[in-house]
Amino acid sequence: MSEEQDVITGIEAPVYLKYNFTAGAAAARFLHQIKKGVLTGQRCPSCQQVYIPPRGSCAACGCPTEEEVEVADKATIQSFTIVTIPIPNNPIQPPYIIANLVADGANISFLHLISECVNEDVHIGQRVQALWKPEEEWDYAMDNIRYFRPIDEPDVPVEMIGKLPVTGWEGSADD
Amino acid sequence: MTDIAIVAYQQTDAVSDAGAVNEVELIIPVLGRVFEQAGLTNSQDVDFVCSGSCDYLQGAAFAFVLGVDALGAVPPIKESHVEMDAAWALYESILKIRMGHAESALVYGFGKSSPGELPIVLSQQLDPYYLAPQWIDAISLAALQARQMLDQGLVSERDMAEVVARSRNNALNNPHAQLAGEVSVDDVLAEDTYVSPLRKADCCPVSDGASAMIIATVEKAEEWGKPYAVISGIDHRIETHNLGMRDLTDSLSTRQAAEGAGMGQGRVDVAELYAPFSHQEIILTRALGLGEETSINPSGGVLAGNMMMASGLSRVGEVFDRIVSGEAERGIAHATSGPCLQHNLVTVLEKA
Repeated sequence: MSEEQDVITGIEAPVYLKYNFTAGAAAARFLHQIKKGVLTGQRCPSCQQVYIPPRGSCAACGCPTEEEVEVADKATIQSFTIVTIPIPNNPIQPPYIIANLVADGANISFLHLISECVNEDVHIGQRVQALWKPEEEWDYAMDNIRYFRPIDEPDVPVEMIGKLPVTGWEGSADD
Repeated sequence: MTDIAIVAYQQTDAVSDAGAVNEVELIIPVLGRVFEQAGLTNSQDVDFVCSGSCDYLQGAAFAFVLGVDALGAVPPIKESHVEMDAAWALYESILKIRMGHAESALVYGFGKSSPGELPIVLSQQLDPYYLAPQWIDAISLAALQARQMLDQGLVSERDMAEVVARSRNNALNNPHAQLAGEVSVDDVLAEDTYVSPLRKADCCPVSDGASAMIIATVEKAEEWGKPYAVISGIDHRIETHNLGMRDLTDSLSTRQAAEGAGMGQGRVDVAELYAPFSHQEIILTRALGLGEETSINPSGGVLAGNMMMASGLSRVGEVFDRIVSGEAERGIAHATSGPCLQHNLVTVLEKA
């Protein structure tokens, strides 16, 4: 009775939606500052933690954050991974290192690349510093920093990562 | 069954473009106000949190997770989310309390529709095989529905314009309204059609905004010592996604939800109906059998401001405000989702 038919296993229905995305007030201020070569976070009025990039709130306390705080471009490796699989459309060739870094003066990490290093020697607690692009190339973007590279400073113990003042590890050692 | 009370309700202004704010920045002021109203500090003071939002609106994946940054979730809280209007987050929270898993809850909804083209974005909620690939926008579907009603003589363009004029005038008393004014029926009828037979005024505006509510068991509300209204019933029903199989001139699911929620067990002083298009308010009023004794959409309804994912909860909040102020003793709040009133929720509120 019924006609023999091919089994349909899929249809093509591409979805294109256009948005004028806004980063938010806190992130917009962060981006304006990074265009000037300055990393700026926000401090929670309740727990005093400094967040970067800021989101306009303290995720722990749930209160709005307004005080802007400049943080250093020196940072500590909180965790990292060595990427060995090529990712489509990513211009960076593996193997490379992506790390959670906590900048001096901040209490939460952001992601960035680690380079100018022996991948196998990279470790948690290692001290790194930003390598910035030439100033004339700065834009509203985190990749104004090409990557972070190791610096000759003693490692930060795990329990101290995310707790350094803006003056850095050596600055805190002087206290 | 556990009696549940609404203790606090707040919303932002409905605005056409909230500007460069992210979801946290949109939510945090309204959460601050709702906690203050309930005499609480943050979400650590309630047992459960449930939100409603839709990432398609602003085009940001997992925006609802980022929204949690507004809550103060350390130490960890019990939190849930519906990819729906927050009226359904209220429903989930009520179930949570009735199951005995919580005594209080924060419910909030937020939507930033301005970054996208909302009517087109909403086409992607249609069934994925036959309708979504045709990109049928929400206004065109509502226009088809209005056309059916006009052709069957169930409504006139003047009836629709009367809904708009009443909304604009009522909204003059709503400080959060986006569209308000002394508008007459003839003013509306003088407008050109937009998507025939709809005029632009027949369609809700595109709005950004957020709303938040705190509910608790009646015992907890008494303990907090704040004025409250009691939720005496809530129910929701959905119709098929196949528009051709529905009677678009009626809303069977609204009627069933109202029966389930116990609307008919008393007088309805006030009704806040989520009707994004003028003719839909008429469908809903008829489906619910509301008469002269009921004040319909005294806030102006969503024709005065349509905060996607928040305006359904706002309907409940508007009725709560009127009961607590003594303006009404009993009322209903309706929320909708999907094209042409596909999915409907009815909440019945009573004075304590």
